Amino acid sequence: MSNSSLTSLIYDARLRGYVFQFLILALIVFGVWSLVDNTVTNLAERGKTVGFGFLTANAGFQISDTLGTWAMDYSVGESTYLDVYFIGIINTFLVAILGIVGATFLGFTIGIMRLSRNFIIRSFATVYIELLRNLPLLLQLFFWYFAVLRALPSKREKIDIIPDFISVNITGLYLPAPVVESGFIYSVIALGVALVMTFIMKRWAEKRQLETGQRFPVFWAACGVLLLLPLAIFAMTGSPLEWTFPEFKTDGPMLRRGFQSGTGMVLVPEMMAVWLALTLYTAAFIAEIVRAGILAINKGQTEASYSIGLKPGLTLRLVIIPQALRVIIPPLTSQYLNLTKNSSLAVAIAYPELVSVFAGTALNQVGKEIEMIFMMMMVYLTFSLATAAFMNWFNARVKLIER
Amino acid sequence: MKKLTLAALGVAGAMIASTAMADGHGNSTLAQVKEKGFIQCGVSQGLPGFSNADDSGNWTGLDVDLCRAVAAAVFGDSDAVKFTPLSAKQRFTALASGEIDILSRNTTWTMTRDTQLGLNFAGVNYYDGQGMMVPTALGVTSALELDGANICTNTGTTTELNITDFFRANGMSFNLVAFEKADEVVAAYDSGRCDVYTTDRSGLAAQRGKLTAPDSHMVLSEIISKEPLGPVVRQGDDQWFNIVRWSLNAMINAEELGITSANVNATEFNDVSPSVARLVGKEGNFGAELGLDNKWAYNIIRQVGNYAESYEANVTPLGLARGVNALWSDGGILYAAPIR
Repeated sequence: MSNSSLTSLIYDARLRGYVFQFLILALIVFGVWSLVDNTVTNLAERGKTVGFGFLTANAGFQISDTLGTWAMDYSVGESTYLDVYFIGIINTFLVAILGIVGATFLGFTIGIMRLSRNFIIRSFATVYIELLRNLPLLLQLFFWYFAVLRALPSKREKIDIIPDFISVNITGLYLPAPVVESGFIYSVIALGVALVMTFIMKRWAEKRQLETGQRFPVFWAACGVLLLLPLAIFAMTGSPLEWTFPEFKTDGPMLRRGFQSGTGMVLVPEMMAVWLALTLYTAAFIAEIVRAGILAINKGQTEASYSIGLKPGLTLRLVIIPQALRVIIPPLTSQYLNLTKNSSLAVAIAYPELVSVFAGTALNQVGKEIEMIFMMMMVYLTFSLATAAFMNWFNARVKLIER
Repeated sequence: MKKLTLAALGVAGAMIASTAMADGHGNSTLAQVKEKGFIQCGVSQGLPGFSNADDSGNWTGLDVDLCRAVAAAVFGDSDAVKFTPLSAKQRFTALASGEIDILSRNTTWTMTRDTQLGLNFAGVNYYDGQGMMVPTALGVTSALELDGANICTNTGTTTELNITDFFRANGMSFNLVAFEKADEVVAAYDSGRCDVYTTDRSGLAAQRGKLTAPDSHMVLSEIISKEPLGPVVRQGDDQWFNIVRWSLNAMINAEELGITSANVNATEFNDVSPSVARLVGKEGNFGAELGLDNKWAYNIIRQVGNYAESYEANVTPLGLARGVNALWSDGGILYAAPIR
């Protein structure tokens, strides 16, 4: 009797489940505890403390001029390690966002090209994809950086893209820089108002088309509102925006020739190489995702669309792409996340992003490995989770509602 | 499925915990090194004269010889070393985590590093200073004319701080382009991205050969910092610290006493001065005090050579004279505590 009740206890699925779950929980708790305990003990043995006090200390090193240093108004000896952290974050996000935008446009284009009926276009896309996605990204990064550097004229020379406005040499791409004066904020507000108006107009036009069948030229009207309203306000407030132009010297001591620092805006070649490499590399993957998404749509959809008189371009835009998006978006999200994380390779070519300035230079001065790597991981995690959340929301919006 | 994931997580957690335990409260570095049979030595990723690997993977250099000396002292075999190439950025973490036993990678001894990183510098094997290299065509003769220059260097080094200090102190502006690896610094400087390449003067001499036209570049005369380079060990293991420190001292003392790899053998059979007798282990019990064989220094000198031999084989070919790195008795500042 007692034997059989014991047997029944052993074979009780619920009880067994609880026992194993408890065991696993105990293991995890023990694992985490010993990890933390070991770390603290080992650090104490080596005379190291744990804490974030270093963040308020002054950073005594120079950082290459980038969006981050400009936004944080970095100055050596006054800015803190926390500022360095933010500079790293800003620079990382800058290439990540630029890369995502670039890779999406290029990836969609190449993906659609690969399905073209034109042999040359199709072959070009195939070669592009197979070449770019099969070479390690770090190698491509070096290639673009040193290819770009070797191709550009030296510091004392320049190539004018638009004379006196945009020029380029080995130290970077020089553009006019806007200098905002008081009153400019009204133009920004006007742009916001115009955006809201466009949105309302679009809703109204859709409603009208559904009810009466009449179409309204939303696109052109929106362009008009978005351009004219801010411009009108801008003119009325007395054009409160000045431009400073990059200054180029061809005389004086050799060292001082070339573009003068502090004039105009400069995009350093390191950033352009990172952006280029990330965009080209990720675009190859996105192109394949787009192709897969389009091919996943039944041929009958295209035929049905042609039969009601839609041209190939409109068929793609109105029938195929909306349906393909539900297949495209989940893997596309993964590519965006990959691109963001891959941006950390930029440390190799001196672009001052998070891994370079914070986990590199700053870490070596401060030596708080655990705290700083933790802070860095949190940035990537937060950005990745935010991207994933946005893309999931977007996916839920565009996914096909089957009737 | 969920249960499976949890189980996997639990197993992973347990594994991490057990390995952490094994590493954690371990015994001394010497015991660990003896158990594995070799010394793991952190070196640079390729700095001719100091630590550089040839085509077949043989490491040579002044810093490499120091690790070989420690191996000779511990095992009686200067080849019982494995080398880990490290970037400037990785080096301290690699040492602190126990991945390497000695860091011998042209590392500058500073107070921050000594007191805040949980490390100890076991001595100085090369007295260096930071210098600057510029293309001759720039027409610059002094570092004080470099206002507004683009400067290439390595991340995670003292050079970033020194150059910043130098330009701030002289009220000049500059733009820093900091790469992770020295090879990229050289390539970028060579392509004209920067006007100036700055690093330790020994590094400038070593990397110069990699430029397309080494002769059209010059090293400016200013030395903007003190860079005492030396081997580093983890803090809290005095025995290991002593072994590394005295391996270096033995090489310097051997030079001072005129003992070389060629004549050290003869000291066994001939009458020698008391200082030499203590060095080669004929007198006293110095090896045992370190936890080593009494022939520890004898093995170093026989297999690796004294400081002068190592210097002439590795650093002299770069065109760097002994200078301050000569013995104190020869007008330099190299001065090792006596073995007695």
